[in-house]
Amino acid sequence: MIRVLVQSSAIEVAAEFDLHDAGGHGASASFIGRVRGDHGLAELFLEHHPVMTEAGLGNLAHAAADRWKLSALTLIHRIGAMAPGETIVLVLASSAHRAEALAACEFLIDRLKTDVMLWKRESFTDGRVAWVEEREGDQSRAERWESDIP
Amino acid sequence: MALNIAYFSWVRERMGVADETVDVPAGVGDVGALIAWLAARDARGALAFAEPQRIRAAIDGVMMGPDAPLSGARELALFPPVTGG
Repeated sequence: MIRVLVQSSAIEVAAEFDLHDAGGHGASASFIGRVRGDHGLAELFLEHHPVMTEAGLGNLAHAAADRWKLSALTLIHRIGAMAPGETIVLVLASSAHRAEALAACEFLIDRLKTDVMLWKRESFTDGRVAWVEEREGDQSRAERWESDIP
Repeated sequence: MALNIAYFSWVRERMGVADETVDVPAGVGDVGALIAWLAARDARGALAFAEPQRIRAAIDGVMMGPDAPLSGARELALFPPVTGG
């Protein structure tokens, strides 16, 4: 099962875990990214490309499935407006054993940060609005998957 | 050559449109040259592309560098570095 979704509605995390629970997989690893509200944030908006955002996620999911022995993979990214505390992204990888599930999960979130057409815009309680700038370490974290880690 | 260009994030805001079809002049052959041409075309382009090193590009959904040729492209997307996840 490879399940890739781009959606403006809330990500139903528990229901997605249930799908993996029901699969009889030996190991599952997950990453959940949530909207931080610790710096006066009122709303986070995720802009996307109508076609290429989902295609980019799909390409990453298939790259992970080719690289590791995964028995199930879920990759869901929220778009549009969301509030502090809401889930932005869910990565859920299942395999027979932990190593492959953990590696695939980390690969997916690292590469998603640099390869997929998504842009965050922050609106603050004091009225400021600003596009989020890329973080220094994101590119190097994504690039290390090119070579040394199996 | 007619080319569809889509803009995203603050590039879209500064250009004032989400997309447009441009007639690429002869001599503008790659992504970097097109960005320079847009920057020189009008005030909005000058604002959006004042710092070309901050601009990323995708041709038909595939991330490309400034040297990528435009020939055969259907859609060029121009945007700042992505910030999803």
